[in-house]
Amino acid sequence: MAVDVRVQAAPFDLGAEISNFVEAATGAGAVVSFTGLVRDLPDQSLAHMEIEHYAGMTEKALGAIAAEALARWPLIRVLIIHRYGILAPSDQIMMVATASPHRKAAFESADFLMDYLKSRAPFWKKEACHDARAEWVESKDEDEAALARWVTP
Amino acid sequence: MIELRYFAWLRERIGADREMISTDAATIADLIAELRGKSDAHDLVFSDLSSVRAAVDQELVDLDHPVKGAHEIAFFPPMTGG
Repeated sequence: MAVDVRVQAAPFDLGAEISNFVEAATGAGAVVSFTGLVRDLPDQSLAHMEIEHYAGMTEKALGAIAAEALARWPLIRVLIIHRYGILAPSDQIMMVATASPHRKAAFESADFLMDYLKSRAPFWKKEACHDARAEWVESKDEDEAALARWVTP
Repeated sequence: MIELRYFAWLRERIGADREMISTDAATIADLIAELRGKSDAHDLVFSDLSSVRAAVDQELVDLDHPVKGAHEIAFFPPMTGG
């Protein structure tokens, strides 16, 4: 299958995922992958990050974003894995991988997937600190602005 | 009846992740205006619409989207995936 979208609480094995992805990408000349990690707060005060999502809509939104990437670039395969639930600092949150005959398409489409899933896939992050404070992470204006790059005139 | 869904801080402030309503509201914006009358918490979460997003049957929509035909309407803050 050209598109593999997974939304899961469980961790994933980054090395195994990339190996499997490369192996199945017959005809590819380039594979690009991106991995998102739970970033600690500047004073190392993050106890954990909780990721909430809208089950059902999440899978649809990620599938639509992947389909859009396939329509725009000559891609052989697309993989998106995104976790939810409680994660510790430096845990892997998500990954995307793209395979294409050409390097530029693989890079650009991975960048596109990241920009879109940041502000168009229904996930919300909450940071809980060691002192029991907890705050929802606010979206950034620049995340929304990043989407404008991909709008075709 | 329409099922409303709330996520993230909207869910926390309203104190529920879903509720059933019947409404004659024409658009999502009209529905929001109606919901603000339900409780102080509803009034508060919908007081700044720049921080509220809506989905109708799991598709992201603008606030002028019609309500008619919707089975599930979700309200949530701007998304923070990735």
